[in-house]
Parts: sequence; C-alpha cells; structure tokens
Amino acid sequence: MANTISKNDSKVVGVPKKSLFSAENLQKFLAFGALMILLLFFTLASPFFLTFDNIVSITLSTCVNGILALGIIFVIITGGIDLSIGTVMTFSSVMAGVTITNMGMPIWLGIIVGILTGTFCGFLSGTLVSRLKLQPFIATLGVMMITKGFSLVLSGTKPIYFSDTPSFRQITAGSIIKFGAEGKYSIPNGIFIFLLMAVIAAIILNKTKLGRYNFAIGSNEEATKLSGVNVVKWKTAIYALCGAFAGVAGIVMAARLDSAQPALGQGYELDAIASVVIGGTSMVGGEGTILGTVIGAFIISTLTNGLKVMGVAQEWQIVITGLVLVLAVLLDTLRKRGNK
Amino acid sequence: MSDTLLVMEGIDKSFPGVHALDHCKFDLRAGEIHALVGENGAGKSTLMKILTGVHAKDEGKVIYKGQEINVQGTKEAQELGICIVHQELNLMPHLTAAQNMFIGREFMGKNKLFVNDGEANKRAKELFDKMNLKLDPRAKVGSLTVAMQQMIEIAKALSFDSSVLVMDEPTTALTESEIDELFKIMDTLKKNGVGIVYISHRMDEIKRISDRITIMRDGTYVNTVDTKDTDIQQVINMMVGRTIYETANEHNYTDLSQVALEVKHLNSGKKIKDVSFKLHKGEILGFSGLMGAGRTEVARAIFGADKFDSGEIYVKGQKVKILRPEHAVGHGIGYLSEDRKRYGLNLGETVEQNISLPCIDKYTNKFGFTNMSTITETSKDYIQKLSIKTPGPKQKVKNLSGGNQQKVVIAKWLLRDCDILIFDEPTKGIDVGAKSEIYKLLSQLAKEGKAIIMISSELPEILRMSNRVIVMCEGRITGELDISQANQEEIIKYATKREA
Repeated sequence: MANTISKNDSKVVGVPKKSLFSAENLQKFLAFGALMILLLFFTLASPFFLTFDNIVSITLSTCVNGILALGIIFVIITGGIDLSIGTVMTFSSVMAGVTITNMGMPIWLGIIVGILTGTFCGFLSGTLVSRLKLQPFIATLGVMMITKGFSLVLSGTKPIYFSDTPSFRQITAGSIIKFGAEGKYSIPNGIFIFLLMAVIAAIILNKTKLGRYNFAIGSNEEATKLSGVNVVKWKTAIYALCGAFAGVAGIVMAARLDSAQPALGQGYELDAIASVVIGGTSMVGGEGTILGTVIGAFIISTLTNGLKVMGVAQEWQIVITGLVLVLAVLLDTLRKRGNK
Repeated sequence: MSDTLLVMEGIDKSFPGVHALDHCKFDLRAGEIHALVGENGAGKSTLMKILTGVHAKDEGKVIYKGQEINVQGTKEAQELGICIVHQELNLMPHLTAAQNMFIGREFMGKNKLFVNDGEANKRAKELFDKMNLKLDPRAKVGSLTVAMQQMIEIAKALSFDSSVLVMDEPTTALTESEIDELFKIMDTLKKNGVGIVYISHRMDEIKRISDRITIMRDGTYVNTVDTKDTDIQQVINMMVGRTIYETANEHNYTDLSQVALEVKHLNSGKKIKDVSFKLHKGEILGFSGLMGAGRTEVARAIFGADKFDSGEIYVKGQKVKILRPEHAVGHGIGYLSEDRKRYGLNLGETVEQNISLPCIDKYTNKFGFTNMSTITETSKDYIQKLSIKTPGPKQKVKNLSGGNQQKVVIAKWLLRDCDILIFDEPTKGIDVGAKSEIYKLLSQLAKEGKAIIMISSELPEILRMSNRVIVMCEGRITGELDISQANQEEIIKYATKREA
C-alpha cells in the first residue's frame, strides 16, 4: 500500500560528472585566467613590467607570502583560522638569529631551531583550539601577540644581523641556477624553496592521512569524530604543520633581508589568507587546492608589483588589492550559489 | 535462524533531571527484523545509543553472542559488529563515497605513508555490487541524493561485517521505489543472519517488514509482540497509553464560500508554471505531489521568501504586493516550513522568545523597551492552549521533542494573528501521539475560520485532513479534487502526470 508517493527510478544514480567544466576546475581556471589577464594588462601598461629582473622580483616577493599561504591553507580547510602566522614567522627568524649570530651556532642548527620554533607555536595554537576548544580567531590572536612580544624580548627590540655568516643570505638571495653569459640571468634559490614547499604541501594534502582527515574535519567535524578519528590529535597536528611552514617562511625572509627584524611580521597573515581565498579555497572549510593557493599568491604579488611599476602610490596599491580580494570572494560565492 | 544474538536487561540510564531508561530490556535474534517503537522521548534512541557505545549505561547487562560486553565507544562497538545508521547522516560531503566509508581505517599504500584510494574504491564497489547498488565509489557524497547517502551509511555499516544493524528512521527521505530497494537489501541481510533493529514511526512499514515489535513508553519497556499476530491499532495504543484512532476522518463542514487567498497565474522559472488556485476561509486545502513537484516553491513564493517572475496574489479580495516575508506576515500569512529546525525556530532560544519573535513590536513601547513579563504570560497561555509539553516558557526550544517544537512554531503564527496558514509537512518526524494532536489542532483552527494550506507527502494525512486536494507535478497543478472524489490512486495519477 503506497503511503508516500513514489517516483519511477530505474536509472543508474551517483556517477560523478567528470567534465572539464566541473566546479573545481572552473575555479582553478578562473584564478589562472585572472593571473594571465593581470600579466597581460601590466605588460601593456608599462614597458618596465615584462623584464627578466622584474619577473624575478615578482617571484622573489611571492616566496615568503607563498610559503605562509601554503601553511595556512591546511588550517583554513578545517574551517579554522590562524592569525599568528605573521608573528610566528618573525619569531622563528629571531630564534634563528639568536642561534646563529648571538650564540655562534652553525647555520644548519639555526635553520632547525627556526622551523621547530614555528612548529611549536603552531602546536600551541592547535592545543588551544582542539583540546581547550577555544575559538580559532581568539586563540591565534593571543598567540600572535605572545610571539610578537617574545620576538621583541629576545632580540632586545633590535634587528639581529647575519653579517658574520654571509652564506646565510644565499639561502634565498643566492642562486644555484644561473644561465646566460657570465651568469647574467640568475634565479634566486628562494623561488625553488617555495616551489619545493608547494610540492610538499600538495603531497601532504592529497596523499597522506593528515590531508585526508584535514578535509574530513573541515567537511563535517562531528561526523569525523563519530567515525572514530581522533579529531583533537589531528587538528593539533594541522596547526603545528601550519606553524612549521611559518618557520620555513621565517628562514627564507631572514635570509632575504640578511637580518631578523622583530618589528616586522604582523600583517603578513592577511596577505597569506587573501592568497588562499583568491585561489578558490572556502573559509567554511572542506575544500581547497595547493595549485589555487600558489596562483593566488602570485596574483597578489603581481598586482602589487605591477601597480608599483606603473607608478601607482603604495597606499592605492593596498586599496586595489583589497578590492581584488572582495571581488574574488564575491565571484566565488556567486559561483558556489549557482552550483546549488 | 532463531538464535538469540543480543540480550539487553535491566538497562537503567539517567541524565541530569531526566530518568531516561527505567530497567529496560530488549532482545534480538539473528536473521530477524525487530521494530522498536515508541513516542518521542520514550527512550528508544537512548537505548540504542547505549548499545552502540555512544552513552554508557548506569545499570544493567548487555549480552552479545553469549558474552557480556561493556562497550566504551562507537569504534569498539563497530569492531564487535554492532553498527548504527543514524537518522541524521554522519557523512563528510566533500569526500567521496569510498573515502567516507573507510574513514578512520584507510588503506595505506606500500610505503605506509600514502593513502590508497584505489583499494578503498575497489572494496566499496564490491560492497555496492553485493547490495545491488548502482553507485560510483568516487562520487562526492555532497552531490548525491539523501537516499544514496543513506545507502552509503548502510554500506559503511556492512563493511564492518556487522551482526547487529540498528536503523534509525531510515525511510523519512526516501521515495517508494527507494524504500523497496532498501527493503530488498534488508531482506538479503536477514538471510545472511544479520539482526536488524528498525526504529520507525511509520506503522505500515513496520507491519510490512518486521518480524517482532517492541514497544517502549516513557523510558520503560511495555511489551514485545509478533508482528503477524498483532493489530497495528493495539501497538499504537500500547505506545501512547491511551486510545488513538489513527485513521479517523476529520472534515469540517462549515461554510466554505469566502475566499481568503487567491493566486493567479503564478510563474517562477522552471519551478512554478502557471499556478492558480483559491483558498477559502475555514478550509483545509491539501497540496499533494511528488517531492520536487513545486509545492514548497509555491508556498515560499506566496510568503515572499522567494522571488517569482509573474503572477498575482489576492488576500481577502485585495490585490497585494509581496516581495518579502514581512509583507506576507503583514497581510496575515504565516508559513510553517518543512525543516522547522533550520527555518522555523531559534533552537538556542526559549519557548517564549520563539513565540513572540514575529510580533515583538506588539510588546515594545515607543522607547524600544520590550515588556518581557507580558510575553511570558502570553506564552504560558499558548503552552496551555496547544498542550505544549515543556517545563515552562523559559525552556530552550532545542530541548523539546519534535512534536512540541512544531507546536511552538504554530503558537508563533497564532500569536501573530495569521488568518492564512501554510503548513509544509506539518507532522514530519513526529510520532503518532503528537501527530494526532497536531491534526486536532489543525481542525480546530479551520473551525475557527483560519484558511489553511497543508502540503504533505503522506497520503493518509492528505485524505484525512483536507476539504479539497490540489495535486502538482513538475511545477504545474495537474489535478484539483474534492475530498469526496479523492483516493490514493486518483492522487497518484495526477502526481505523475508529466507533460507530454
């Protein structure tokens, strides 16, 4: 006896549509397309844009922000946020400086100390968020201020220079790869470090258990927990991973500036988050791609550089970057709404 | 296949302020489908949560396959072979079907570092084939229908090689043919010796599929009966502790000539196609049709919740412009949405806060201060009038049972003095006893002169309550029947009348 009304469903259900125009691919194309449009625009707008040196400059300035973005995408995929990555980056560079310059330790030790510092700060944030159930915004805001303070304390509020160890600089600014006559064209190492970190991030996100649980927690944390996954442990690990990336960014930045600058750092987290969002990752969590993030980071540095080369004042650069961010999120929201 | 698989005895459980289970018992045989029935709050979910490791019992024994067990968590229960498919699905929408099924026990590649999705897909496909389920394991769960998602949950439970499968309200979101498929799968499981606990409010399904029925009431065990020897009416009486007539017809024969609401040529994209109808004062107009026929869309358009392309709405003979819900409410139209938890209530707020929300300005003076004591008194009135089971007006709505939550939503619109009420699936997820009270309420409202539209997918409900029935299919009105001409076959005929 029919109690509810029925449909005649004899077709096969549930086969995914693998089309070129699927939602994810569309977002990647949009971001990549936007980058191409920007490059085209600036090339036409200024003769100084499309030179080898300028392009190198763009990629170099992408490194630090890019590595930060690669770290924070993990946290954002869980639906959380980490406002401390900027100051944690600085704190890591300060710790490296203390180790190498103040304590005279070898460079490799300084690098390890720097990365471990970042990892520990991330672990702290993760514990506050997963175990103590603090809101990520508040918890990482607190960690941000604590690490900023410690940077100033440990450095005596003065920059720590790496002039005694000139090879430190080479990490970012030096070039393993040179070509052209007399090595005229050289690509800074920093870029390769960034690309290497991107590959590592992609492997972790897409191939490991950490990556799998990352998406699961972001998609439905309660269901993941009820499925027997130790959400507290994995969420803490994710924040620690983000901190580790911030540590690496700290080393790269310190090498580029040839010093650890304790007053810098705060504000970098916003560019990193902007890169991730422009690249198509949702702040709500559950989805995101490394490629999108890399493109997003390049969009921001291309935009900043292009405007500078065109002679636009710095204040206006910031305004325009903000507008681009709002536009990117708006388009993304409309696209997602259209898919429903 | 009559070996006893599971025995629960003397199970006692209390939460702060509530004695949820009072020395309950339950037993399950291998290869049987055992229905567990009871009103909301009877304790059936709590009993099953103890079985599946979500809660710990205070007293009592659980004997599984001849041995006493003390399960300390869902993972332990799953590993023993006791699984539950919840009513609210526990799936990650961004992950694929296979990834969801094997979450927490991923297959690792040879290097032990990387996750092996290929293996997961293979195993999932094997399981789907066994279930006769045509599903690609690589499909993202969020893109699938609720019915498919439910199948994935069942497959997940099966992948643990379960001997005991608890199914909590599995058919609420399924169409008739999907229910048939589900029952076929359950039959296969039966033959393989799996014991199934089937929690449901749908008496006809229970009659169709179960071997035995256990009834619970107010946290106590009432009785266990053999399905084939028992009349469903008896079961209902045992559930409720009083006599309820499930299939009585209640129609109002008041004067139905005054038109309260008229809709002319309503169109909205592909969802609403040239819909026109009249609603009379004192009438209950049933809206029937398949899921997706466009009934909710029509309701939301009339209520101003969604924009529409063209059409006219007349309230009491006057043409009105409704662009937003506040316009509709201003004209006396109230809408009780299908998903009361998401659209009808602020769960974190109290009963009185919810009831008074649409008309707070009635209780606010010109300086902006709200008179809370008057609101409390008024809420108490409605709690009594509608028999809302709650400790008081300051109880948080999320702590009420589904039926009582629905009554809070009704009170909200009554307080606002709405003359035109649109009910969208008013008894969804509500047990038999509370359903009966809602029907009584609807009849009473109609007698008082309210004009009611009742959207429902349950044919007995439509046939019982309506004066007239409008049937929709793919956005169009395909049939309009007076109750004297309406029966299940007629309605289904119109509901499936697709455009040529």
